[in-house]
Amino acid sequence: MTAQPSRCRSCKAPAVIDLPRHNANFCAEHLVQLCNRQMIKAIADFDMFSRADRLLVAVSGGKDSLAVWDMLIESGYQADGLYIGLGIGEYSEDSGGYVQRFAHERNLHLVTIDLREDYGYDVPTAAVATKRVPCSACGLSKRRLFDKAAVDGGYDAVVTGHNLDDEAAVLFGNTLRWEVDYLARQLPVLEARDGFPKKCKPLVRLTEREMAAYCLVRGIDYVVEECPMAAGNRHLGYKEALNAIEKQSPGSKSAFYLNFLSKMAPLLDGQSAAAQGEVGECERCGAPTTGDVCAFCRLVEKSGTHEAVPVEMVLKKHRRRH
Amino acid sequence: MKVLLRNPKREIEVPGGRSVNRLLDDLELSREAHLIIRNGTLVPGDTRLDDTDVIEVRPVISGG
Ligand code: SF4
Ligand SMILES: [Zn+2]
Ligand SMILES: [Zn+2]
Repeated sequence: MTAQPSRCRSCKAPAVIDLPRHNANFCAEHLVQLCNRQMIKAIADFDMFSRADRLLVAVSGGKDSLAVWDMLIESGYQADGLYIGLGIGEYSEDSGGYVQRFAHERNLHLVTIDLREDYGYDVPTAAVATKRVPCSACGLSKRRLFDKAAVDGGYDAVVTGHNLDDEAAVLFGNTLRWEVDYLARQLPVLEARDGFPKKCKPLVRLTEREMAAYCLVRGIDYVVEECPMAAGNRHLGYKEALNAIEKQSPGSKSAFYLNFLSKMAPLLDGQSAAAQGEVGECERCGAPTTGDVCAFCRLVEKSGTHEAVPVEMVLKKHRRRH
Repeated sequence: MKVLLRNPKREIEVPGGRSVNRLLDDLELSREAHLIIRNGTLVPGDTRLDDTDVIEVRPVISGG
């Protein structure tokens, strides 16, 4: 049998990608159409937002956040971007550059915050100052600053680029430990409450491979290098495990996550310890918090007074530990 | 053919005459976690690669 080049399921043109979970191949045009349709379906199924809403997209310079921003704009949504300079050496410089070029070329509005310039610290310094892993200080900073920017800017929702692989990996980890509290909150939409903005993940029906392919065929340049702090991350191991299952049985990842949403999440509704005490306001910044001073203000205080730590030092420390 | 790999960035020489999927299997790389770009264009798994091709193996998994 001579190998015929594979053809697009929709138009029979030469394909650029095979998607085993759809049991089909697609050309560039129909891959883009598939991605857009999956995003629109997620937005509708989970009642995320409408074209009348103002959206703030959390962009990192990676494929997922730039792709979701691009897809939202192409589908007629009003979406601005927010980039946070984390001060993670060359990685942050590169990723900031990709975001700026993307916004500039398309004439989109980009809000930029720089941890060092605006708050007096960066992620490597915060990691050392708090004696925690970098991702912990980084995650806290990003969450707080996205929330604040969305509320201050009067946006209707924060959009993040979490994809099917991200969500399936988190679900896998939470299921391994039966973290019922986390499972009950692992939804593609979190409604606004107590001063927190609404948060939406329109890419939950799309895989990482699909998002990378989307960027390639749309000519979106993104930072391919990993954040150096991600090495040894537990979620990477879960992703590999799920991909091994996916290879044997295409479609397993989406069944695992999407069936969790349709069959299991309703049973867990109300199981999350939402009543974790009264939510008041942080006496320094006004953020919602259960204490007097919020976790972010405590982080700023600790890290802002600490001598600046170069990224290499944190990396060396982590390498030694592995 | 020339094959560019990432993490760490490096270049290896591999004989052509095999499919994209075969190349990934031979390099022990997951098909779900990589894309193959041949001479600047994305190509599907059953594409046959030639000795003269320049191939980029692009990982798509992020850990952040
Ligand atoms: S890997 Fe960790 S430190 Fe790097 S961007 Fe992600 S959360 Fe921040
Ligand atoms: Zn087509
Ligand atoms: Zn505060």
